[in-house]
Amino acid sequence: MEPIQQHEGLVYPINRSNIDTDQIIPKQFLKRIERQGFGQFLFYNWRFHDDGTPREDFSLNNPVYEAASILVAGENFGCGSSREHAPWALQDFGFRVIIAPSFADIFYNNCSKNGILPIALKQEEVEAIMTAAESSSYHLTADLEAQRVYDNQGFEASFDITSYMREMLLNGWDEISVTLTHEDKISQFEAARG
Amino acid sequence: MGRPQTIVEKIWDTHVIHQEENKPDLLYIDLHLVHEVTSPQAFEGLRMKNRKVRRPDRTFATMDHNVPTIARHFISDPVSRKQMETLYDNCQEFDIPLADINHPDQGIVHVIGPQLGLTQPGKTIVCGDSHTSTHGAFGALAFGIGTSEVEHVLAAQSIWQARPKTMNVKVNGRLSPSVTAKDLILAIIGKFGVRFGTGYVLEFTGEAIENLTMEERMTICNMSIEAGARAGLISPDDTTVEFLRGRRHAPEGAAFEEAAASWKALATDDGAAYDAVVSIDAEEVEPQVTWGINPGMCLPVSGTVPSPAQAETDAEREEIERALDYMGLEAGQAITSVPIQHVFIGSCTNSRLSDLERAAEVIRGQQVHEDVRALVVPGSQTVKQQAEEKGIDKIFTDAGFEWREAGCSMCLAMNDDVVPPGERCASTSNRNFEGRQGNGARTHLVAPEMAAAAAVEGRFTDVRKFQQTPV
Repeated sequence: MEPIQQHEGLVYPINRSNIDTDQIIPKQFLKRIERQGFGQFLFYNWRFHDDGTPREDFSLNNPVYEAASILVAGENFGCGSSREHAPWALQDFGFRVIIAPSFADIFYNNCSKNGILPIALKQEEVEAIMTAAESSSYHLTADLEAQRVYDNQGFEASFDITSYMREMLLNGWDEISVTLTHEDKISQFEAARG
Repeated sequence: MGRPQTIVEKIWDTHVIHQEENKPDLLYIDLHLVHEVTSPQAFEGLRMKNRKVRRPDRTFATMDHNVPTIARHFISDPVSRKQMETLYDNCQEFDIPLADINHPDQGIVHVIGPQLGLTQPGKTIVCGDSHTSTHGAFGALAFGIGTSEVEHVLAAQSIWQARPKTMNVKVNGRLSPSVTAKDLILAIIGKFGVRFGTGYVLEFTGEAIENLTMEERMTICNMSIEAGARAGLISPDDTTVEFLRGRRHAPEGAAFEEAAASWKALATDDGAAYDAVVSIDAEEVEPQVTWGINPGMCLPVSGTVPSPAQAETDAEREEIERALDYMGLEAGQAITSVPIQHVFIGSCTNSRLSDLERAAEVIRGQQVHEDVRALVVPGSQTVKQQAEEKGIDKIFTDAGFEWREAGCSMCLAMNDDVVPPGERCASTSNRNFEGRQGNGARTHLVAPEMAAAAAVEGRFTDVRKFQQTPV
């Protein structure tokens, strides 16, 4: 996967909590057998009318967000279904960083396998970013190495991430290759259990 | 004697392959369940790197999410058909046992695992599906994973996992008559919210839990994920052991008795410490109906739809407003005043034989309301056949229900079983998210009995009243 060390980008705010993966990518698009091309279906039922025309009242359809690569949302982002199509759709649309006060466990994990950096910040920090992004074109930098997020107007916040996930994202490692260096131990474990 | 341990600690400690500072543990996986929707990209990943499936004998596949529940031998949607053919080809290529659409064992992956005895206490079980938590009912550590992890488990029969925190969800006292496991888990999520389990493995304990049958326990553990917990489990006991006795993949004879003793020894020790504890009194639980757009938005059937004015925060107020708008409900409206157009009895939460039997008892001799279309989708072909042997299909069809073939069906509406925009469904499934049962569809989660009663009345009604005074 593509490594991520430092990322600077336009912030797209979506001020809702409990955004589930059914909203991020509805089930009608899970029938495909490819990994690519899911960006066009991101937030589909919110972005489009039944006839496929864009909904003007959904902010992601505003052309100013075409270049957005950082998404900021409310609590419990990515809850529900384990579908990895959700991070695939976010990534394919152009998002590399997601900021929220909290994430659902499976989604958080899935992000890290796809070069997307999920950043959990304090509620008030998320609100500050949300307010700034709702009122103007707002850019942030996420620095994974330093575990901090900042803008050029003095906002700064630090975030936690496990050292394992940090290494994986920084280096873009293929996790299976890492695991298979322990193949002898897997075999020993299997042999010992009979 | 060592320190008292929870079942989670016991399972964890016997499955760690490799431990290193500042890293998650490498955990061995005993059983990997596979279905057509979340696996094709994983198999493709193996092929691209020229990797093999390490343990096809610890892997089991079926087709469930996408399968038609009528005319199942002709799949009209070419994209769905391609996905199922892909699973078939992948299982052939990698030598994985498959219960495909023509196989008598076919069914919802979380129904057939237990049914075949593949699901056993103490096992680590994963599947590319969030409702894998269902298998925790047996005292297994079972959780949903993404497709990258599906590929990882196929290749390495293991997964990197940080040792989870544990939470004791204690259910005191006994459930009232006619209050079901579904009502209990909805009430728990309603009381503590859709995020209280995030980062934890839930262990359900207490008298009300001990009294549940295995199928009821599966309903409870199934919805752990709707509380944010990847896994939820229940310590094994005699109920667990007796359910597994004689199942196809369970040990036989003396080996079974030996296994049974080791299973029961997995139960959480008296005095074991959890990272968190919550409790609820079973007596306070009434039949539940969800009114909103997540499973925590639920009410006792005697309740009224909440008002945004009750919210404690702006975020909560906006959430209630959005839910009312999507659901087409008014604050203060009695939930029993809400007319429905669809009833769905099925899903990995409530499609087992006992679910169908209990719903059939409510519907027996009644007629589905003229404004309602009602569907029963058994969880597996075996459940369907067993129900038919008992004449349960006849009770449903006589009442005007459609009796379908096994699959996930209208729980997520990936096949043709879809609720049209703006219409309302009383559903025994697990998620009332926006668009879950169809774009614009309005889902109300209920127990099978409540769904059956709603089918007759054409609106929600307290099944207890219904059971006492048949129309």
